[in-house]
Order: sequence, then C-alpha cells, then structure tokens
Amino acid sequence: MAHKNPWPDEGNTGHIWDEDLRELDNPPPLWWMLSFYAGFIMIIFYTLYYPTIPLTNASGEFTKGMTGWTQINEYQDDFKVLKDWRTAKFADKEEQLASLSVEDILKDEELRSYAVATSKALYGDYCAACHASGGAGITNFPVLADDDWLWGGSIAQIEATIANGRIGNMPAKGMMGNLSDQEISDVTDYVIALSEGKGDDVAYAAGKAVYTKGMCMACHGPAGTPMAPTGAANLADGIWRFGSDRDTVLSVIKNGVNVKKNGVHIEGTRQAVMPSFKERLPNADVNIKRLAVYVHSLGGGQ
Amino acid sequence: MSDSKNKVAHDFGPTGSVLEQMDTHNKNLENIGVEILPIHTGGTVHAKRIPGFFRTLKWIVASAWLLFFIGPYLRWNGHQAILFELESRQFHIFNLTILPQDIWMLTLVLLFCSMLLAASTTVGGRLWCGYACFQTVWTDVFTWVEEKIEGQPNKRIKLEKAPMSINKFWIKFKKHVVWLFLGFLTGFTFVAYFVDAFDLWGRLFHFEWTLVETGIIVALGLATYFFAGILREQTCIGFCPYARIQGAMIDTQTELPTYDLERGEPRGRLKRVKPGEKAPELGDCIDCNLCVAVCPTGVDIRYGQQFGCITCGLCIDACNSVMEKLKKPKGLIRYASLAEFGGEELPALWKRPRVIVYVGIMFAALAMLVWGAFNMAAIDVKALHERSPLYVQMSNGTIQNKWTVKVVNKGNEPMKAEVTATGPQDLTFKSGSILNIQPGNVGSVTLYVQIPKKTLTDASTPIVIKVVDLNNPVVFEEYESNFIGPKVP
Repeated sequence: MAHKNPWPDEGNTGHIWDEDLRELDNPPPLWWMLSFYAGFIMIIFYTLYYPTIPLTNASGEFTKGMTGWTQINEYQDDFKVLKDWRTAKFADKEEQLASLSVEDILKDEELRSYAVATSKALYGDYCAACHASGGAGITNFPVLADDDWLWGGSIAQIEATIANGRIGNMPAKGMMGNLSDQEISDVTDYVIALSEGKGDDVAYAAGKAVYTKGMCMACHGPAGTPMAPTGAANLADGIWRFGSDRDTVLSVIKNGVNVKKNGVHIEGTRQAVMPSFKERLPNADVNIKRLAVYVHSLGGGQ
Repeated sequence: MSDSKNKVAHDFGPTGSVLEQMDTHNKNLENIGVEILPIHTGGTVHAKRIPGFFRTLKWIVASAWLLFFIGPYLRWNGHQAILFELESRQFHIFNLTILPQDIWMLTLVLLFCSMLLAASTTVGGRLWCGYACFQTVWTDVFTWVEEKIEGQPNKRIKLEKAPMSINKFWIKFKKHVVWLFLGFLTGFTFVAYFVDAFDLWGRLFHFEWTLVETGIIVALGLATYFFAGILREQTCIGFCPYARIQGAMIDTQTELPTYDLERGEPRGRLKRVKPGEKAPELGDCIDCNLCVAVCPTGVDIRYGQQFGCITCGLCIDACNSVMEKLKKPKGLIRYASLAEFGGEELPALWKRPRVIVYVGIMFAALAMLVWGAFNMAAIDVKALHERSPLYVQMSNGTIQNKWTVKVVNKGNEPMKAEVTATGPQDLTFKSGSILNIQPGNVGSVTLYVQIPKKTLTDASTPIVIKVVDLNNPVVFEEYESNFIGPKVP
C-alpha cells in the first residue's frame, strides 16, 4: 500500500496498491442501505416474536417467543376451524344417523353414501386389523366383501354382530365327539365334494353316512347349507371359513372351533371370536350403525 | 464483409449506425442491431404527439382494449356473459361452460397466442409491443391525460423543474387523481370478470367488498398507476421479458421502422448558402431530432433497430411530416427490412421457414381448439376399481368386482345418469340408484359386476362401463376397464 495519495480529490479511501490500484468510496444508494437496516430490525423483531432460541428452560419446555406463537398451535387452530366447519355442515346427517334405524339409513341413498364415506377411517382403526381393508379378509378371518355370511348378511344382523360380537362354536369329532379317525377322514372328503357340487357321488357315500352319524346337519343343514344363520359355515359353496385344503378341513373337524376342556382351549382347536364393539367404539350408538352400513355395502350385503 | 453486395456502401464518414457494419446474411443479434444499448437516461421521456397514419392506427388498435372494460357488463341468458367463477370452478364464456377438466384448452389458447406473437414479430417486428400491448396502450392513455392536464412536452419539462407551488401542486394533483381513477377502473374491471360486475358496483357503495376483492383491486389499481404512469417505457426496457424475446425473433427479413441511412446521411441542418459559397452536400436528414422527440421510449431510430425500440412507427409519422414540409419524398424512416437496404429482395411470406413453422403451429392449435369446442363431452366418467380386495368369490360360484363410478355433469342441464356394464356373456351387474347430477357437479355410484368363475379365461377380462344420461340419451360415455379374477391355471 502506498503511503502517498496522488489522487486526494477523487474520494478514494486512501487504500492504494501497485501505484495506481485504489479503492474508491462509493457508498450504496440510500434506499439500499435503508432496506439493509430494515432487515436488521426485522431480525431483532423476528427473534423476539417467534420461538427462535433453540434452548429449553428449567422445566424442559422450549423457549417461547413473546407472543407464545408456535407452528403446532397455529396448525391446531386451523384444524379446529376445519373440524367445526365439518361438524356444523354435517350436523343434520349425524343427527339422522343417530335417530334412524340402520334399515332406514340404508334406504336413503344420500345418507348411505355419507355413512360409507365417513366409515373408512373408523373401519381402518377397528376392523381392518382382522378383516383387512375393504373387507378382503385374512386367512382365518372372514371376508366381508362376499355374500357368504356366518351370522347373517342383513343390515340388522350385521349391526348385531358388530355390537355384541360373536363366538364361533363347533364341537370336535362330531356333535357327540365320537367319530373315529377313519370317519373324520371320510367326512372330510365328503364336505370337500359338497363344495364342488359332487356330494351325491357314490364315491362319498361313506362320508355322507358319517355326516349323518356325526349330526353335522344339525348346524350345517342336510345338504351342507345351514337352515339359519347361526355361525355355521355353508359347506355347499366354494367359500371356506378356515381354508380349502384337505388338511385344514380335516383339522377343523377333528379339533372343532373354540372347544374347551376345563376352561382351556384344547390343542389344535380354532379360536374364532369377534369381540363386542359396544364398549370399544367411541360414540358407539352412531358408529356401529355407520360401520354396519359400510360393511353391508362392501359387496355382499343382503 | 468483403462481398460488396452484402454491405451497405458509404462514401461518408462514420455515423455511429450499426448499418455501416451490417451483414445481411448474418442473423446474429449483433448484426441485426437489437443489442446496442443507446437508451434514454435523461429522466422522464416527454414524447411529443404528432398526428399521422401510425398515430391513428395506434388509437384504432388500442381501442380494442375498450372491450376489456365493456366485457363484464354483457349479459347472456340472465347471467354475466364472461364470468370465471372460482368458487364453483366454472368458467362461463357466453354459451360455453368450461370446467377444470377442460383446462387443456387454455394451453392451446396460450400456444396459439404465443405463436401469433412469434409470427407477427418475424414479419412486422414488435407489432404487439408497438400497438397492442397493455403497457403501451395504458402508457399512451396516461401520457395523453398528462398532456391534456399539464400541456405540451416543453411545458411539462418546465413544470417539472419549477419549485413546488400551489399551482404546480394543483396541476399534478389533478393528473394523479385521473391516473389513480384509471388504475382503479382497470383493477375493478379485472375483478369484475370473477364476480358479478353489477353486484360488485353495488357492494362498492355499501363498503361490502371482501378482503380479497379489495386487495386485488387496490393492488392492481396501484400497479397500473405505477407501471403506466411512473415507470412507463422503463417497464419495456428494464422489466418485460417479452421485449427481449421479441428482439431475438427479429431477423434481417423482418420489416421494421428503419432509418434510410444512405438517403439520410450525411445529416445536417439546412443553411442558407451565401452567394459564391458551395452548398455542402448533405443527405435528406436535416437532423431536426423530431423522430427522437416523438419516441415514447426515447430512442434514436437513426442508430438502427435497438432493444429500446417498440416499433410503434411514431417516428415515421414525425419524419414524414418534416419531409412533407421540405417537399422531399416521404419514407426517410419507413417500414423496411435490413435485407431490402442490403439490396436483396424479400422472399414471399410463405417461403420463409420461420413464418411457415409459426403459422403451422398456430393453425394446429386453432384446429384443436375448434375441435375441442365442438366435441367437448357433456359428461365425464371415471371408474375406480376397488383395490382391496381386487375380486371376491361369491357363494354362487361367481367372481365379483367393485367399481366406484364418478360422473361429472359438464352440461348446463340436470342429468339423470344410469350406469351399466357390458362384457362377457354371463356378466351381471348391480349398481345403485340412478344418479341425479346438477350441472357442474359430480355424482358417484358403486357398481358391482359378477362373472361366473368358469366363464373367466384370464385373470383380467376387459369390460365396458357405460354411463347414459336418461334425460338426453345422446349424451353417454363408455369407460373401458378390466375385470380381475383369480389366476386361471
């Protein structure tokens, strides 16, 4: 840096290098400087107003801004507005759901679609764990989208099932529990033939006799179709409660469903229980109706 | 440059014009001249107004913008003829109702307009900038107001320099009030395309505008005031991207207001020649600077085409008026291409590749628009196949699939939509009740389709879902979907 300033009048800063390379004093325009300062003031305001400082206080809370504003509060306030709006908008529909019977709800197309549309989250939370989304069913848990109902597919029966729950019940080794292994094997072949429409074939005569002897028809009906929806599976159709392969069918006949000895499930028995949702569901009065309509509309309601 | 045919010959000294170095075969920006930057830096441009052909043409073209102000008051079948209802997402243009589903037509409109811009610019320079652009037109009107209130340019400059006085304040005040009013009208008219215009006027006097309406009208009004009143040509020079894009679309065959360098130079003022003295040999340009004085962007056209020039032709009017007084032929500044000055013939319009391509795309877009307007279906169907479960085995041995069918009524009449399905022979279906859908609304119904398992030959079977408007059976839509079944071994 030179020590002499040969250009004293040009307004340079006196910083001169290499004889003539010098730094001039060209201040930025006033408006630019003002916005720069305004930016600084903004930073101070921002720091004070918003929760800026990333430290906790003695009780473990984060440092709040002067007004206590937080993003989550703003979100929750906004969400409350939406929720209130929704509640107000559909208040009359909710009222109708509460006051009408499920049959009447089903008859009113608009109300029915409202019930279906508002059921999805509820179904996902309370039903889908076993019945899968859309009522697709999981192995050992019934499909809800078909028209094969153990306990009846009318809307009232579905409502009762959801409200009170169901406990499956099938004795092991026939009604009296007296079938031999050979007889069980024969009747297994017979019921599989029933589902294929070949129950009257001579080849399955032995099984057919066991079907009568074991008093299977008491629940499953004389030709595999139950007389009334009492939880017994329809053996004449292609839908199986626990699985269609021979081993599974045989195991069910041998060990039954929910068979207990001294209050404990015997080994190999199927445990088929649907819990009651009367107490489990929030706002159960309305929500059971809502879910009943939803399940009825999945594809097989009667 | 050695080829004399491509070079404008001069026997006079340098004039600073780009035409001197012009190579008409080279189409680089530099050679066309749009990149030279002699812009007006002397404060506000106070352009003189001179009557003439282009001045009249400018007013005629500008008056098309009156339609913008009249538009909201037109009625059609009891509602506003042009109304963009944002809340219900319906755009009414006379008899046509456009729903968001048809917004693809907007892209065609934009394509058509951008190609029109490109084509017109290639042929005649910045025609949009010079005559039709709202920035140009509004600035023109604002400066016209200024002239009516403050007087001719010299008076205006004097007033600007004068110290503030009650008189000056009063004159300026009047001008700004008129400007703000014009800005308000602009903002108001814009908003009136989105809400009912008469209703908007009515609510103005009851102070019942919504926050959004007030915000947009005030913001647009102030923007109009700022851009057309204060910024004026600086917008074209400094802000507008199209100005630069259009500059790049000009080539040596584009007809632009151009100064005839050979005829005009060497320029010089006419002087009385004393007897015995030899008159200096001068070109036709008398260097009166009138072409600069009338220029709304303050450029000197004699430098050649440049990016500040919006090719409005006002300098042509000015120069012609002078030439008339001098009894010389008009057209010292005229619409001509650089190729013409280079001694070349202009190829016919349909022989210029750029024009062909631009116009081709333009008409393709237009054809699709017309096709779209006439074939816009009154019904829109979407069928969503249930994904969980994809299919269900029913107790009677059939397979069932489920669809949620959504039907949009795009027409102007209520619709009674019936949903049916066709496919393999044994197909049966069950759908909910017939949908009653109001115009512009969506109806949704669940469709169950059953096909016997033994009929299915593939895991996926094509079926057709048909939706018919029972009120008007010519309105229908077929939706192709796939029926999913178990894997067939």
